[in-house]
Amino acid sequence: MSPEAIRSVVKPSAYQDSVTLLLLARQLRSGSGVLEAAALMATPSNKDLFEQSGLLTAEAANAGPNDLVVAVRAESAAAAEAALDRAARLLGGKSRRLEGSGRIAPRTLESAKRLLPDANLALISVPGAFAAQEAKKALRLGLHVMLFSDNVRLEDEVALKRLAVKRGLLMMGPDCGTAILNGVPLGFANAVPRGRIGLVSASGTGLQQVTTLLAAQGQGISQAIGVGGRDLSEVVGGLMALQALDALAADPASGLVMVIGKPPAPAVRERIELRLRAIGKPCVLALLGQGVREGRDGAIHVVATLEDAALAALALLEGQPFAPQPFSIPPIDLRQCVEDARRGLQSGQGSVRALYAGGTLAHEAVLILEPLLGSVATNLAPGSVGRHLVIDLGADEYTVGRAHPMLDATVRVEAIRKAAQDPEVAVLLLDVVLGHGAAPDPAGDVAPAIAAALAAARAEGRGLAAVASVIGTASDPQDLAAQCARLEAAGAWVLPSNAQAVRAAACIAGGEPVLARLLAGES
Amino acid sequence: MSPLGELFHQELRVINLGLEYFAEEIERLGVPVIHVAWSPPAGGDPKKAALLAALADEDEDDA
Repeated sequence: MSPEAIRSVVKPSAYQDSVTLLLLARQLRSGSGVLEAAALMATPSNKDLFEQSGLLTAEAANAGPNDLVVAVRAESAAAAEAALDRAARLLGGKSRRLEGSGRIAPRTLESAKRLLPDANLALISVPGAFAAQEAKKALRLGLHVMLFSDNVRLEDEVALKRLAVKRGLLMMGPDCGTAILNGVPLGFANAVPRGRIGLVSASGTGLQQVTTLLAAQGQGISQAIGVGGRDLSEVVGGLMALQALDALAADPASGLVMVIGKPPAPAVRERIELRLRAIGKPCVLALLGQGVREGRDGAIHVVATLEDAALAALALLEGQPFAPQPFSIPPIDLRQCVEDARRGLQSGQGSVRALYAGGTLAHEAVLILEPLLGSVATNLAPGSVGRHLVIDLGADEYTVGRAHPMLDATVRVEAIRKAAQDPEVAVLLLDVVLGHGAAPDPAGDVAPAIAAALAAARAEGRGLAAVASVIGTASDPQDLAAQCARLEAAGAWVLPSNAQAVRAAACIAGGEPVLARLLAGES
Repeated sequence: MSPLGELFHQELRVINLGLEYFAEEIERLGVPVIHVAWSPPAGGDPKKAALLAALADEDEDDA
Protein backbone atom coordinates (compact mmCIF):
# COMPACT_ATOMS: atom_id res chain seq x y z
CA MET A 1 0.00 0.00 0.00
CA SER A 2 1.21 3.49 -0.80
CA PRO A 3 2.24 5.54 2.24
CA GLU A 4 0.98 8.65 0.40
CA ALA A 5 -1.76 10.53 2.21
CA ILE A 6 -4.48 12.84 0.91
CA ARG A 7 -6.03 15.22 3.42
CA SER A 8 -8.43 18.11 3.03
CA VAL A 9 -10.18 20.70 5.09
CA VAL A 10 -13.39 22.56 4.22
CA LYS A 11 -14.06 26.07 5.51
CA PRO A 12 -17.76 26.76 4.96
CA SER A 13 -18.76 30.17 3.56
CA ALA A 14 -15.18 31.44 3.55
CA TYR A 15 -14.73 33.29 0.26
CA GLN A 16 -11.13 34.04 -0.68
CA ASP A 17 -10.01 35.64 -3.93
CA SER A 18 -8.28 33.45 -6.51
CA VAL A 19 -4.82 35.05 -6.34
CA THR A 20 -4.69 34.65 -2.55
CA LEU A 21 -5.59 30.98 -2.98
CA LEU A 22 -3.06 30.39 -5.77
CA LEU A 23 -0.28 31.92 -3.71
CA LEU A 24 -1.39 29.82 -0.73
CA ALA A 25 -1.32 26.60 -2.80
CA ARG A 26 2.14 27.52 -4.07
CA GLN A 27 3.43 27.99 -0.52
CA LEU A 28 1.94 24.64 0.53
CA ARG A 29 3.52 22.85 -2.45
CA SER A 30 6.96 24.05 -1.35
CA GLY A 31 6.45 22.38 2.06
CA SER A 32 8.48 19.34 3.08
CA GLY A 33 6.98 16.05 1.85
CA VAL A 34 4.13 17.75 -0.02
CA LEU A 35 3.51 16.30 -3.50
CA GLU A 36 0.51 18.38 -4.61
CA ALA A 37 -1.69 21.02 -3.04
CA ALA A 38 -4.70 23.07 -4.05
CA ALA A 39 -6.79 25.73 -2.36
CA LEU A 40 -9.97 26.58 -4.24
CA MET A 41 -13.59 27.54 -3.77
CA ALA A 42 -15.58 24.33 -4.30
CA THR A 43 -17.35 25.33 -7.52
CA PRO A 44 -18.18 22.49 -9.95
CA SER A 45 -15.27 23.41 -12.27
CA ASN A 46 -12.84 23.63 -9.36
CA LYS A 47 -13.99 20.20 -8.15
CA ASP A 48 -12.95 18.91 -11.59
CA LEU A 49 -9.51 20.45 -10.98
CA PHE A 50 -9.32 18.69 -7.59
CA GLU A 51 -10.23 15.42 -9.25
CA GLN A 52 -7.66 15.83 -12.04
CA SER A 53 -4.97 16.49 -9.43
CA GLY A 54 -6.04 13.42 -7.43
CA LEU A 55 -7.12 15.64 -4.54
CA LEU A 56 -10.90 15.16 -4.52
CA THR A 57 -11.69 13.81 -1.07
CA ALA A 58 -15.25 12.91 -0.05
CA GLU A 59 -15.60 16.09 2.00
CA ALA A 60 -14.32 18.21 -0.91
CA ALA A 61 -16.85 16.51 -3.21
CA ASN A 62 -19.66 17.43 -0.80
CA ALA A 63 -18.60 21.07 -0.39
CA GLY A 64 -20.57 23.90 -2.00
CA PRO A 65 -19.46 26.84 -4.19
CA ASN A 66 -19.17 29.19 -1.18
CA ASP A 67 -16.95 26.77 0.71
CA LEU A 68 -13.19 26.96 0.63
CA VAL A 69 -11.39 23.63 0.24
CA VAL A 70 -7.70 23.13 0.93
CA ALA A 71 -6.43 19.69 -0.13
CA VAL A 72 -2.94 18.20 -0.08
CA ARG A 73 -1.31 14.98 -1.19
CA ALA A 74 1.88 14.25 0.74
CA GLU A 75 4.47 11.53 1.28
CA SER A 76 3.03 10.75 4.70
CA ALA A 77 -0.02 11.48 6.82
CA ALA A 78 2.14 13.62 9.10
CA ALA A 79 3.38 15.76 6.19
CA ALA A 80 -0.21 16.21 4.94
CA GLU A 81 -1.45 17.24 8.39
CA ALA A 82 1.47 19.65 8.77
CA ALA A 83 0.60 21.28 5.43
CA LEU A 84 -3.05 21.74 6.47
CA ASP A 85 -1.91 23.31 9.76
CA ARG A 86 0.27 25.65 7.74
CA ALA A 87 -2.69 26.56 5.50
CA ALA A 88 -4.81 27.33 8.56
CA ARG A 89 -2.07 29.58 9.92
CA LEU A 90 -1.64 31.41 6.58
CA LEU A 91 -5.38 31.95 6.11
CA GLY A 92 -5.88 32.78 9.79
CA GLY A 93 -3.08 35.32 9.58
CA LYS A 94 -4.91 37.16 6.83
CA SER A 95 -8.19 37.51 8.64
CA ARG A 96 -6.47 38.35 11.94
CA ARG A 97 -4.62 41.17 10.25
CA LEU A 98 -7.85 42.62 8.95
CA GLU A 99 -9.44 42.46 12.39
CA GLY A 100 -6.20 43.59 14.05
CA SER A 101 -6.18 46.84 12.06
CA GLY A 102 -9.20 47.91 14.09
CA ARG A 103 -11.27 48.58 10.99
CA ILE A 104 -14.73 47.31 10.38
CA ALA A 105 -14.56 45.37 7.14
CA PRO A 106 -17.69 46.27 5.18
CA ARG A 107 -19.28 43.50 3.14
CA THR A 108 -20.74 45.63 0.34
CA LEU A 109 -19.78 48.60 -1.79
CA GLU A 110 -22.67 50.60 -0.35
CA SER A 111 -21.54 50.12 3.26
CA ALA A 112 -17.93 50.90 2.28
CA LYS A 113 -19.13 54.19 0.77
CA ARG A 114 -20.89 55.01 4.04
CA LEU A 115 -17.63 54.40 5.94
CA LEU A 116 -15.56 56.44 3.46
CA PRO A 117 -18.14 58.98 2.22
CA ASP A 118 -15.65 61.00 0.18
CA ALA A 119 -14.34 57.91 -1.63
CA ASN A 120 -13.94 58.72 -5.32
CA LEU A 121 -12.66 55.49 -6.90
CA ALA A 122 -13.69 51.84 -6.80
CA LEU A 123 -10.97 49.32 -7.69
CA ILE A 124 -12.81 46.13 -8.63
CA SER A 125 -11.16 42.73 -9.15
CA VAL A 126 -13.93 40.27 -8.29
CA PRO A 127 -14.54 37.30 -10.64
CA GLY A 128 -15.73 38.43 -14.08
CA ALA A 129 -19.23 36.95 -13.78
CA PHE A 130 -20.00 39.36 -10.91
CA ALA A 131 -17.80 42.28 -11.92
CA ALA A 132 -20.22 44.21 -14.14
CA GLN A 133 -22.88 44.34 -11.40
CA GLU A 134 -20.40 45.72 -8.89
CA ALA A 135 -19.05 48.25 -11.39
CA LYS A 136 -22.58 49.45 -12.12
CA LYS A 137 -23.26 49.88 -8.39
CA ALA A 138 -20.04 51.87 -8.04
CA LEU A 139 -20.90 54.19 -10.94
CA ARG A 140 -24.36 54.77 -9.47
CA LEU A 141 -22.70 55.73 -6.17
CA GLY A 142 -20.80 58.38 -8.14
CA LEU A 143 -17.49 56.54 -8.00
CA HIS A 144 -14.96 56.40 -10.81
CA VAL A 145 -14.19 52.74 -11.55
CA MET A 146 -11.05 50.80 -12.33
CA LEU A 147 -12.23 47.32 -13.34
CA PHE A 148 -9.30 44.91 -13.21
CA SER A 149 -11.47 41.82 -13.79
CA ASP A 150 -11.60 40.22 -17.21
CA ASN A 151 -14.23 37.86 -18.66
CA VAL A 152 -16.80 40.65 -18.60
CA ARG A 153 -19.32 40.49 -21.46
CA LEU A 154 -18.81 43.01 -24.26
CA GLU A 155 -22.41 44.27 -24.01
CA ASP A 156 -21.88 44.88 -20.28
CA GLU A 157 -18.74 46.87 -21.07
CA VAL A 158 -20.66 49.07 -23.50
CA ALA A 159 -23.51 49.61 -20.99
CA LEU A 160 -21.08 50.47 -18.17
CA LYS A 161 -19.14 52.92 -20.31
CA ARG A 162 -22.34 54.62 -21.53
CA LEU A 163 -23.45 55.02 -17.93
CA ALA A 164 -20.02 56.42 -17.00
CA VAL A 165 -20.05 58.91 -19.89
CA LYS A 166 -23.55 60.05 -18.90
CA ARG A 167 -22.34 60.71 -15.36
CA GLY A 168 -18.96 62.18 -16.30
CA LEU A 169 -17.10 59.33 -14.59
CA LEU A 170 -14.12 57.16 -15.51
CA MET A 171 -14.88 53.54 -16.35
CA MET A 172 -11.40 52.05 -16.73
CA GLY A 173 -11.65 48.48 -18.02
CA PRO A 174 -12.79 45.72 -17.87
CA ASP A 175 -9.38 44.09 -18.06
CA CYS A 176 -7.65 47.29 -17.02
CA GLY A 177 -4.40 46.23 -15.33
CA THR A 178 -2.67 49.57 -14.94
CA ALA A 179 -3.49 53.18 -14.20
CA ILE A 180 -1.83 56.11 -12.46
CA LEU A 181 -4.26 58.69 -11.08
CA ASN A 182 -3.05 61.82 -9.25
CA GLY A 183 0.36 60.15 -8.90
CA VAL A 184 -1.03 56.99 -7.32
CA PRO A 185 -0.13 53.73 -9.11
CA LEU A 186 -3.14 51.39 -9.29
CA GLY A 187 -3.10 47.68 -10.14
CA PHE A 188 0.18 46.81 -11.85
CA ALA A 189 1.95 50.15 -12.16
CA ASN A 190 5.41 51.55 -11.56
CA ALA A 191 6.65 54.23 -9.21
CA VAL A 192 7.06 57.13 -11.62
CA PRO A 193 7.29 60.88 -10.94
CA ARG A 194 4.49 63.30 -11.64
CA GLY A 195 5.02 65.31 -14.77
CA ARG A 196 3.56 66.80 -17.90
CA ILE A 197 2.49 63.76 -19.92
CA GLY A 198 -1.12 62.62 -19.93
CA LEU A 199 -1.75 59.08 -21.17
CA VAL A 200 -4.71 57.10 -22.36
CA SER A 201 -3.91 53.42 -22.76
CA ALA A 202 -5.73 50.32 -23.90
CA SER A 203 -2.74 48.27 -22.74
CA GLY A 204 -1.38 47.69 -19.23
CA THR A 205 2.20 46.67 -19.98
CA GLY A 206 2.31 49.18 -22.85
CA LEU A 207 1.54 51.90 -20.33
CA GLN A 208 4.18 50.50 -17.96
CA GLN A 209 6.87 50.47 -20.67
CA VAL A 210 6.17 54.06 -21.74
CA THR A 211 5.94 55.50 -18.21
CA THR A 212 9.13 53.76 -17.02
CA LEU A 213 11.10 54.94 -20.07
CA LEU A 214 9.86 58.49 -19.46
CA ALA A 215 10.88 58.20 -15.81
CA ALA A 216 14.37 57.05 -16.86
CA GLN A 217 14.71 60.38 -18.71
CA GLY A 218 13.37 62.37 -15.76
CA GLN A 219 9.91 63.04 -17.21
CA GLY A 220 6.73 62.14 -15.37
CA ILE A 221 3.04 61.54 -15.76
CA SER A 222 0.14 63.90 -15.09
CA GLN A 223 -2.47 61.12 -15.40
CA ALA A 224 -2.33 57.65 -16.96
CA ILE A 225 -5.81 56.39 -17.70
CA GLY A 226 -6.31 52.74 -18.64
CA VAL A 227 -9.38 52.01 -20.74
CA GLY A 228 -9.16 48.21 -21.26
CA GLY A 229 -8.11 46.31 -24.38
CA ARG A 230 -11.53 46.43 -26.10
CA ASP A 231 -12.24 50.15 -25.75
CA LEU A 232 -10.95 50.98 -29.24
CA SER A 233 -12.99 48.20 -30.88
CA GLU A 234 -15.87 49.09 -33.18
CA VAL A 235 -18.49 47.91 -30.68
CA VAL A 236 -17.21 49.95 -27.72
CA GLY A 237 -16.26 52.78 -30.09
CA GLY A 238 -13.52 54.31 -27.95
CA LEU A 239 -16.15 55.60 -25.49
CA MET A 240 -13.72 55.83 -22.59
CA ALA A 241 -10.66 56.84 -24.61
CA LEU A 242 -12.60 59.85 -25.93
CA GLN A 243 -13.90 60.72 -22.47
CA ALA A 244 -10.36 60.48 -21.05
CA LEU A 245 -8.95 62.62 -23.89
CA ASP A 246 -11.47 65.36 -23.10
CA ALA A 247 -10.39 65.30 -19.47
CA LEU A 248 -6.69 65.49 -20.40
CA ALA A 249 -7.43 68.30 -22.87
CA ALA A 250 -8.94 70.34 -20.04
CA ASP A 251 -6.18 69.43 -17.56
CA PRO A 252 -3.57 72.22 -17.37
CA ALA A 253 -1.01 69.78 -15.88
CA SER A 254 -1.03 67.68 -19.06
CA GLY A 255 1.24 69.43 -21.56
CA LEU A 256 1.25 66.51 -23.99
CA VAL A 257 -1.27 63.79 -24.62
CA MET A 258 -0.54 60.22 -25.68
CA VAL A 259 -2.74 57.33 -26.79
CA ILE A 260 -1.37 53.76 -26.50
CA GLY A 261 -2.98 50.61 -27.85
CA LYS A 262 -3.34 48.22 -30.73
CA PRO A 263 -4.74 49.44 -34.08
CA PRO A 264 -8.38 50.47 -33.53
CA ALA A 265 -11.33 49.96 -35.82
CA PRO A 266 -10.99 52.53 -38.67
CA ALA A 267 -14.02 54.56 -37.58
CA VAL A 268 -12.68 54.68 -34.01
CA ARG A 269 -9.24 55.75 -35.20
CA GLU A 270 -10.84 58.60 -37.12
CA ARG A 271 -12.74 59.76 -34.03
CA ILE A 272 -9.58 59.59 -31.88
CA GLU A 273 -7.50 61.52 -34.42
CA LEU A 274 -10.21 64.15 -34.79
CA ARG A 275 -10.32 64.58 -31.02
CA LEU A 276 -6.50 64.74 -30.78
CA ARG A 277 -6.36 67.48 -33.43
CA ALA A 278 -8.88 69.53 -31.46
CA ILE A 279 -6.93 69.28 -28.18
CA GLY A 280 -4.46 72.04 -29.01
CA LYS A 281 -1.57 70.21 -27.35
CA PRO A 282 1.18 68.07 -28.88
CA CYS A 283 0.04 64.45 -29.18
CA VAL A 284 1.74 61.08 -29.60
CA LEU A 285 -0.19 58.22 -31.13
CA ALA A 286 1.24 54.75 -30.40
CA LEU A 287 -1.17 52.27 -31.95
CA LEU A 288 1.09 49.28 -32.47
CA GLY A 289 0.33 47.44 -35.70
CA GLN A 290 1.76 46.34 -39.02
CA GLY A 291 2.84 49.07 -41.43
CA VAL A 292 2.45 52.07 -39.12
CA ARG A 293 3.29 55.25 -41.02
CA GLU A 294 5.64 56.92 -38.59
CA GLY A 295 6.15 60.64 -38.39
CA ARG A 296 4.48 63.93 -37.73
CA ASP A 297 1.06 64.81 -39.07
CA GLY A 298 0.13 68.25 -37.76
CA ALA A 299 -0.03 68.12 -33.97
CA ILE A 300 0.01 64.31 -33.96
CA HIS A 301 3.25 62.34 -33.91
CA VAL A 302 2.70 58.72 -34.96
CA VAL A 303 5.20 56.15 -33.64
CA ALA A 304 5.74 52.42 -34.17
CA THR A 305 7.06 51.26 -30.78
CA LEU A 306 6.49 51.98 -27.10
CA GLU A 307 10.04 53.26 -26.69
CA ASP A 308 9.56 55.65 -29.61
CA ALA A 309 6.36 56.87 -27.95
CA ALA A 310 8.32 57.86 -24.84
CA LEU A 311 11.22 59.41 -26.76
CA ALA A 312 8.94 61.27 -29.21
CA ALA A 313 7.00 62.72 -26.26
CA LEU A 314 10.22 63.95 -24.65
CA ALA A 315 11.36 65.54 -27.92
CA LEU A 316 7.99 67.21 -28.58
CA LEU A 317 7.87 68.69 -25.07
CA GLU A 318 11.27 70.23 -25.66
CA GLY A 319 10.33 71.41 -29.16
CA GLN A 320 12.94 69.12 -30.69
CA PRO A 321 12.53 66.94 -33.80
CA PHE A 322 12.33 63.18 -33.20
CA ALA A 323 13.93 60.45 -35.29
CA PRO A 324 13.72 56.84 -34.10
CA GLN A 325 16.96 54.94 -33.42
CA PRO A 326 17.21 51.13 -33.28
CA PHE A 327 19.63 51.10 -30.32
CA SER A 328 20.81 53.55 -27.69
CA ILE A 329 24.26 51.96 -27.39
CA PRO A 330 27.03 52.89 -29.89
CA PRO A 331 27.31 50.58 -32.95
CA ILE A 332 30.81 49.42 -32.00
CA ASP A 333 29.62 48.23 -28.57
CA LEU A 334 26.51 46.70 -30.10
CA ARG A 335 28.55 44.71 -32.60
CA GLN A 336 30.74 43.40 -29.78
CA CYS A 337 27.73 42.37 -27.69
CA VAL A 338 26.12 40.54 -30.62
CA GLU A 339 29.40 38.80 -31.40
CA ASP A 340 29.75 37.67 -27.78
CA ALA A 341 26.17 36.44 -27.68
CA ARG A 342 26.55 34.46 -30.93
CA ARG A 343 29.63 32.63 -29.65
CA GLY A 344 29.13 28.86 -29.82
CA LEU A 345 25.99 28.97 -31.99
CA GLN A 346 25.87 26.03 -34.40
CA SER A 347 24.77 26.22 -38.04
CA GLY A 348 21.18 25.06 -37.33
CA GLN A 349 20.65 27.54 -34.50
CA GLY A 350 18.75 30.52 -35.80
CA SER A 351 15.44 30.86 -34.05
CA VAL A 352 14.18 33.27 -31.39
CA ARG A 353 12.15 31.89 -28.48
CA ALA A 354 10.36 34.78 -26.77
CA LEU A 355 8.62 34.05 -23.46
CA TYR A 356 6.62 37.05 -22.32
CA ALA A 357 4.71 38.04 -19.21
CA GLY A 358 3.41 41.26 -20.81
CA GLY A 359 0.85 40.84 -23.62
CA THR A 360 1.53 44.12 -25.42
CA LEU A 361 5.28 43.56 -25.11
CA ALA A 362 4.82 40.18 -26.84
CA HIS A 363 2.71 41.88 -29.52
CA GLU A 364 5.43 44.49 -30.03
CA ALA A 365 8.03 41.70 -30.33
CA VAL A 366 6.10 40.07 -33.19
CA LEU A 367 5.81 43.43 -34.99
CA ILE A 368 9.56 44.09 -34.73
CA LEU A 369 10.75 40.53 -35.44
CA GLU A 370 8.74 39.74 -38.58
CA PRO A 371 10.25 42.38 -40.90
CA LEU A 372 13.74 41.40 -39.70
CA LEU A 373 13.54 37.60 -39.54
CA GLY A 374 10.42 36.46 -41.36
CA SER A 375 7.34 34.62 -40.06
CA VAL A 376 6.77 34.29 -36.34
CA ALA A 377 4.53 31.71 -34.70
CA THR A 378 2.64 33.18 -31.76
CA ASN A 379 -0.33 32.40 -29.55
CA LEU A 380 -1.36 36.04 -30.11
CA ALA A 381 -2.34 35.02 -33.67
CA PRO A 382 -3.83 31.50 -33.53
CA GLY A 383 -2.79 29.47 -36.57
CA SER A 384 0.36 31.49 -37.22
CA VAL A 385 3.44 29.50 -38.21
CA GLY A 386 7.10 30.39 -38.38
CA ARG A 387 10.61 29.50 -37.36
CA HIS A 388 10.49 31.89 -34.41
CA LEU A 389 8.12 31.63 -31.48
CA VAL A 390 6.66 34.45 -29.36
CA ILE A 391 4.51 33.30 -26.45
CA ASP A 392 2.35 35.56 -24.29
CA LEU A 393 2.35 33.52 -21.08
CA GLY A 394 -0.30 35.82 -19.63
CA ALA A 395 -2.84 34.54 -22.17
CA ASP A 396 -5.86 32.63 -20.86
CA GLU A 397 -4.56 29.22 -21.95
CA TYR A 398 -1.57 29.59 -19.57
CA THR A 399 -3.38 31.19 -16.64
CA VAL A 400 -6.33 28.84 -16.03
CA GLY A 401 -5.94 27.68 -12.43
CA ARG A 402 -2.73 29.69 -12.03
CA ALA A 403 -1.69 33.24 -11.24
CA HIS A 404 -0.47 35.55 -14.01
CA PRO A 405 3.25 35.17 -14.91
CA MET A 406 3.87 38.62 -13.45
CA LEU A 407 3.06 37.05 -10.07
CA ASP A 408 4.06 33.42 -10.51
CA ALA A 409 7.03 32.41 -12.70
CA THR A 410 6.36 28.64 -12.58
CA VAL A 411 5.12 28.33 -16.17
CA ARG A 412 7.83 30.57 -17.58
CA VAL A 413 10.59 28.71 -15.75
CA GLU A 414 9.37 25.47 -17.35
CA ALA A 415 9.18 27.13 -20.80
CA ILE A 416 12.79 28.37 -20.44
CA ARG A 417 13.94 24.83 -19.55
CA LYS A 418 12.17 23.39 -22.61
CA ALA A 419 13.55 26.07 -24.96
CA ALA A 420 17.09 25.14 -23.91
CA GLN A 421 16.48 21.58 -25.16
CA ASP A 422 15.54 22.77 -28.65
CA PRO A 423 18.71 22.66 -30.82
CA GLU A 424 17.30 25.30 -33.21
CA VAL A 425 16.87 28.00 -30.57
CA ALA A 426 19.67 30.59 -30.67
CA VAL A 427 18.27 33.11 -28.23
CA LEU A 428 15.79 33.37 -25.38
CA LEU A 429 13.97 36.69 -25.18
CA LEU A 430 12.21 37.78 -21.99
CA ASP A 431 10.51 40.72 -20.33
CA VAL A 432 10.74 41.29 -16.59
CA VAL A 433 8.04 43.59 -15.27
CA LEU A 434 8.56 45.39 -11.95
CA GLY A 435 6.32 47.74 -10.03
CA HIS A 436 3.48 47.76 -7.55
CA GLY A 437 1.47 44.58 -7.84
CA ALA A 438 4.27 42.56 -9.47
CA ALA A 439 6.17 39.75 -7.73
CA PRO A 440 8.73 40.83 -5.08
CA ASP A 441 11.74 39.50 -7.06
CA PRO A 442 10.72 38.83 -10.69
CA ALA A 443 14.32 38.71 -11.97
CA GLY A 444 15.29 36.32 -9.17
CA ASP A 445 12.35 34.09 -10.12
CA VAL A 446 13.70 33.51 -13.65
CA ALA A 447 17.47 34.06 -13.28
CA PRO A 448 18.32 30.51 -12.07
CA ALA A 449 16.31 29.07 -14.99
CA ILE A 450 18.21 31.28 -17.46
CA ALA A 451 21.59 30.26 -16.01
CA ALA A 452 20.57 26.58 -16.09
CA ALA A 453 19.34 26.88 -19.71
CA LEU A 454 22.62 28.43 -20.89
CA ALA A 455 24.59 25.74 -19.03
CA ALA A 456 22.41 22.94 -20.46
CA ALA A 457 23.03 24.14 -24.03
CA ARG A 458 26.78 24.40 -23.37
CA ALA A 459 26.79 20.86 -21.98
CA GLU A 460 25.39 19.70 -25.30
CA GLY A 461 28.06 21.58 -27.24
CA ARG A 462 25.78 24.41 -28.38
CA GLY A 463 25.73 28.09 -27.70
CA LEU A 464 22.61 29.84 -26.40
CA ALA A 465 22.01 33.50 -25.65
CA ALA A 466 19.51 35.21 -23.36
CA VAL A 467 18.24 38.73 -23.90
CA ALA A 468 15.94 40.63 -21.56
CA SER A 469 14.49 44.01 -20.82
CA VAL A 470 13.37 45.12 -17.38
CA ILE A 471 10.29 47.32 -17.22
CA GLY A 472 10.75 49.30 -14.04
CA THR A 473 12.18 52.35 -12.29
CA ALA A 474 14.75 53.00 -9.57
CA SER A 475 11.86 53.87 -7.23
CA ASP A 476 9.98 50.60 -7.75
CA PRO A 477 9.82 48.30 -4.73
CA GLN A 478 12.04 45.72 -6.52
CA ASP A 479 14.95 48.12 -7.38
CA LEU A 480 15.63 48.31 -11.12
CA ALA A 481 19.45 48.20 -10.89
CA ALA A 482 19.45 45.13 -8.63
CA GLN A 483 17.00 43.31 -10.92
CA CYS A 484 19.13 44.04 -14.02
CA ALA A 485 22.26 42.89 -12.18
CA ARG A 486 20.53 39.65 -11.18
CA LEU A 487 19.74 38.86 -14.84
CA GLU A 488 23.22 39.83 -16.02
CA ALA A 489 24.78 37.58 -13.39
CA ALA A 490 22.72 34.72 -14.85
CA GLY A 491 24.22 35.43 -18.29
CA ALA A 492 21.50 37.57 -19.86
CA TRP A 493 22.12 40.64 -21.98
CA VAL A 494 19.84 43.33 -20.54
CA LEU A 495 18.69 46.15 -22.81
CA PRO A 496 16.95 49.38 -21.82
CA SER A 497 13.65 48.70 -23.61
CA ASN A 498 11.60 45.84 -25.00
CA ALA A 499 12.02 47.17 -28.56
CA GLN A 500 15.81 47.17 -28.23
CA ALA A 501 15.81 43.72 -26.62
CA VAL A 502 13.75 42.35 -29.52
CA ARG A 503 16.14 43.88 -32.08
CA ALA A 504 19.12 42.47 -30.16
CA ALA A 505 17.53 39.02 -30.22
CA ALA A 506 16.95 39.40 -33.97
CA CYS A 507 20.65 40.30 -34.45
CA ILE A 508 21.72 37.22 -32.47
CA ALA A 509 19.43 34.89 -34.42
CA GLY A 510 19.98 36.49 -37.83
CA GLY A 511 23.61 37.50 -37.49
CA GLU A 512 25.46 40.16 -39.48
CA PRO A 513 22.84 40.74 -42.22
CA VAL A 514 20.20 41.74 -39.65
CA LEU A 515 22.66 43.84 -37.68
CA ALA A 516 23.78 45.63 -40.86
CA ARG A 517 20.17 46.34 -41.86
CA LEU A 518 19.34 47.80 -38.46
CA LEU A 519 22.44 49.96 -38.36
CA ALA A 520 21.68 51.19 -41.89
CA GLY A 521 18.32 52.41 -40.58
CA GLU A 522 16.01 49.82 -42.13
CA SER A 523 13.09 48.61 -39.98
CA MET B 1 -16.62 71.02 -13.51
CA SER B 2 -17.43 67.40 -14.35
CA PRO B 3 -16.69 64.70 -11.76
CA LEU B 4 -13.75 63.67 -13.94
CA GLY B 5 -12.30 67.19 -14.04
CA GLU B 6 -12.71 67.38 -10.24
CA LEU B 7 -11.00 64.02 -9.69
CA PHE B 8 -7.67 65.40 -10.92
CA HIS B 9 -7.74 67.99 -8.11
CA GLN B 10 -8.87 65.67 -5.33
CA GLU B 11 -6.99 63.33 -3.04
CA LEU B 12 -7.62 59.78 -4.24
CA ARG B 13 -9.79 57.73 -1.84
CA VAL B 14 -10.30 54.15 -2.82
CA ILE B 15 -12.81 51.40 -2.16
CA ASN B 16 -11.23 48.06 -3.04
CA LEU B 17 -13.38 45.12 -3.99
CA GLY B 18 -11.75 41.79 -4.81
CA LEU B 19 -8.01 41.15 -4.45
CA GLU B 20 -6.99 42.29 -0.96
CA TYR B 21 -3.45 42.48 -2.30
CA PHE B 22 -4.33 45.70 -4.16
CA ALA B 23 -5.71 47.31 -0.99
CA GLU B 24 -2.46 46.48 0.81
CA GLU B 25 -0.39 48.06 -1.99
CA ILE B 26 -2.52 51.23 -1.97
CA GLU B 27 -2.40 51.46 1.83
CA ARG B 28 1.39 51.17 1.73
CA LEU B 29 1.44 54.33 -0.43
CA GLY B 30 -0.44 56.22 2.31
CA VAL B 31 -3.62 56.53 0.23
CA PRO B 32 -6.92 56.13 2.12
CA VAL B 33 -8.42 52.78 1.14
CA ILE B 34 -11.18 50.60 2.48
CA HIS B 35 -11.29 46.93 1.58
CA VAL B 36 -14.66 45.26 1.15
CA ALA B 37 -14.94 41.71 2.55
CA TRP B 38 -16.78 40.77 -0.63
CA SER B 39 -18.35 37.41 -1.28
CA PRO B 40 -20.27 36.35 -4.37
CA PRO B 41 -23.97 37.21 -4.32
CA ALA B 42 -26.72 34.59 -4.68
CA GLY B 43 -24.56 31.83 -3.22
CA GLY B 44 -22.01 32.22 -5.99
CA ASP B 45 -24.44 31.42 -8.80
CA PRO B 46 -23.84 34.00 -11.57
CA LYS B 47 -27.26 33.38 -13.18
CA LYS B 48 -29.17 33.94 -9.94
CA ALA B 49 -26.97 36.95 -9.20
CA ALA B 50 -27.86 38.47 -12.59
CA LEU B 51 -31.57 37.89 -11.91
CA LEU B 52 -31.32 39.59 -8.52
CA ALA B 53 -29.44 42.50 -10.11
CA ALA B 54 -32.09 42.79 -12.84
CA LEU B 55 -34.78 43.02 -10.15
CA ALA B 56 -32.81 45.73 -8.37
CA ASP B 57 -32.39 47.56 -11.70
CA GLU B 58 -36.14 48.00 -12.06
CA ASP B 59 -35.96 50.65 -9.34
CA GLU B 60 -33.23 52.60 -11.12
CA ASP B 61 -33.79 55.15 -13.86
CA ASP B 62 -30.63 54.58 -15.85
CA ALA B 63 -30.47 50.77 -15.94
